[in-house]
Amino acid sequence: MLRVRTLQSLFKRYRRPGDIVFAWVFLALSLFLLLQLFQQTEIKPGAKFAAQPRFWPAVSLIGMAGFAMFHLLGSAWSERIAGRWIEVLLWVRSIEYAIWFIAYAAIVPYLGYLPTTLIVAVLLTIRVGFRSRFIFAVAAVCAFLIVFLFKTLLQVKLPAGQVYDFLPDGLRYIMLNYF
Amino acid sequence: MFEDLLAGATLLARWDVLVALLVGSIGGVIIGAVPGVGAAVAIAILLPATFSLEPIVGLTMLLGIYGSSMYGGAIPAVLINTLGTAVNALTSYDGYPMTQRGEATRAVSLAYSASFWGGTFGILCLILLSPVLALIAPMFGSREIFLAALLGIILVILAHRGQIFAAGMLAMFGIFLQTVGLDPVTYTQRYTFGYSFLTSGIDLIVVVLGLFALSQSFFLLTEANSTPEAKPISGSLTTGFKEVLKNKRVATVASGFGVILGMIPGTGEFTAQFMSYTYAQKTSKTPEEFGKGSVEGLIASEAANNAVPPAAMIPLLALGIPGEALTAMMLSVFYVHNVIPGPQLFQNNIDLVYALYLALIILNVIVVAFLLVSTNLMTKVIQIPTRFLGVMILILALVGVYSLRNSLTDCMIAAGFGVLGLILKRLNLPIVPIILGMVLGGIMEVKLRSSMPRLKTLMDMIDRPIAFILFIMIVLVVLLHLRTLFKEYQSNKPSKDHDLHDTEQG
Repeated sequence: MLRVRTLQSLFKRYRRPGDIVFAWVFLALSLFLLLQLFQQTEIKPGAKFAAQPRFWPAVSLIGMAGFAMFHLLGSAWSERIAGRWIEVLLWVRSIEYAIWFIAYAAIVPYLGYLPTTLIVAVLLTIRVGFRSRFIFAVAAVCAFLIVFLFKTLLQVKLPAGQVYDFLPDGLRYIMLNYF
Repeated sequence: MFEDLLAGATLLARWDVLVALLVGSIGGVIIGAVPGVGAAVAIAILLPATFSLEPIVGLTMLLGIYGSSMYGGAIPAVLINTLGTAVNALTSYDGYPMTQRGEATRAVSLAYSASFWGGTFGILCLILLSPVLALIAPMFGSREIFLAALLGIILVILAHRGQIFAAGMLAMFGIFLQTVGLDPVTYTQRYTFGYSFLTSGIDLIVVVLGLFALSQSFFLLTEANSTPEAKPISGSLTTGFKEVLKNKRVATVASGFGVILGMIPGTGEFTAQFMSYTYAQKTSKTPEEFGKGSVEGLIASEAANNAVPPAAMIPLLALGIPGEALTAMMLSVFYVHNVIPGPQLFQNNIDLVYALYLALIILNVIVVAFLLVSTNLMTKVIQIPTRFLGVMILILALVGVYSLRNSLTDCMIAAGFGVLGLILKRLNLPIVPIILGMVLGGIMEVKLRSSMPRLKTLMDMIDRPIAFILFIMIVLVVLLHLRTLFKEYQSNKPSKDHDLHDTEQG
């Protein structure tokens, strides 16, 4: 028996818990942005209607608000799926990892790319529940390899750590340029 | 054409280009094989790292990843019924049952061979079509490109059946995002709320890294840890080529579907796979085998999805219009490397176009050769614990975001989009419309503006043959969609619930 019956069924997506919360938030965002249209965009005298700087923000935000409204209506008319707030809690919990990422970026200019990456790799590995020394070692090795590949070999532009200034001359040069 | 091909080959005949191609194609296979990474994440992360490389070197490396990830994706699809890349969805339908009945080697070999057939067929079509494209592409002026981009947006929205409102809302959000900042023509601020960091706009690469890489990292980090188990395989992997030759009709038709649908924005691998699969089943002598380990089913799906990437390069290279997330990313790859896809590219840089085609052929050969000797190594790669993978993606994402302009603000914006991407993935909502909205929205704004001086009435927009054809296509697409909706409503058949959010991963 063919497990995929029709093109329609293949492309259909189904609602998940928390859909209505997202629909409300997105509609609120769309309406907020739409209300700001006259403050946040201008009209240039003499320019054609479709060439006005306000034209595309207006088109996109009206479209966004319209679609968001229908999406919300669709959500509201659908059967409620249990677990809405548990799902929302998971979204909120993911912010912790966003903070990890921002903190990682904020520390790099002070501690340097290599030390920060090593620390973040090991700490984050502990945070997500690994307890084996082997995994920590693998995390550290992977972190080093990432730094070596991108900073040392590909010379990707990342700020050098201020802490490197305290290193002896030769080592400081190497660390500033390659790690 | 042969002179251009030769000029293209000369462009590639450099050790650094070949190394880049090797690294890209092998890296792409490995990345494709790891469930939860995918080519989109890899290209997003590596893109800034290629800034310092020469255009042809950077392009071939990322092209390698783009063209080879689907090969890798077939391994977990066949061996553990988990998708490395979501476009291998139908591969698992027949590949995994074969593994279950002890034919893992045969299934993997068939997947590689069919992929190679599809990939090569796609590239050959691209090469043969090039002279035609070079002829047609200059006929695309501002209004034609505007209409083609509009058609792309409409198709992307309509492709998300059952979630058209969500897709529309997200595509519009994408269009809005690209308007933020200083308007380049009138120098007026748009939605900057007085913040200087918004004046330069929201960088597409930052959004891509947030929505694809960081969101995937957050997704893996917040999910329970799992370690997929894939058993090593034994035996020769070359037997599949003979079987594909026996089924060359299915393989060729499937590749044809891949090429045709690959050229149409918003449809891509998934539709191509589905149509090929349906065709293969309808014309098979053993249709009851489909879904239970059918050789034809496996060949159809793998040949189709591998024929798509070369075909998707057609609208991208000839018109500068991407049809899905990966080509949207490839577009920014081109821009970053100062190669502007569009009609001029075919007129002025046809050697580069042919160099890219040849690179695609070489990468298919490299990938098959690599896989024939290292499939068992790939089965080890699959077994990386998912949370550990999440940690590594987070670390890699920093390279991508921070190296753009060493901006902490970019990192914050990317982290914000990471959370948004996680919510969308959890909700089974599509991410791609945001990216395509940003890219196609930008194209539409620029092209509509530049066509304005020549337009006296609205009808002037469609008074040229290609513009008129595009307009008719837009009307037809909308009408056909309404007809399908009406038919669906009449038949009123509920279908089974399933997750498709992974299709955005590429």
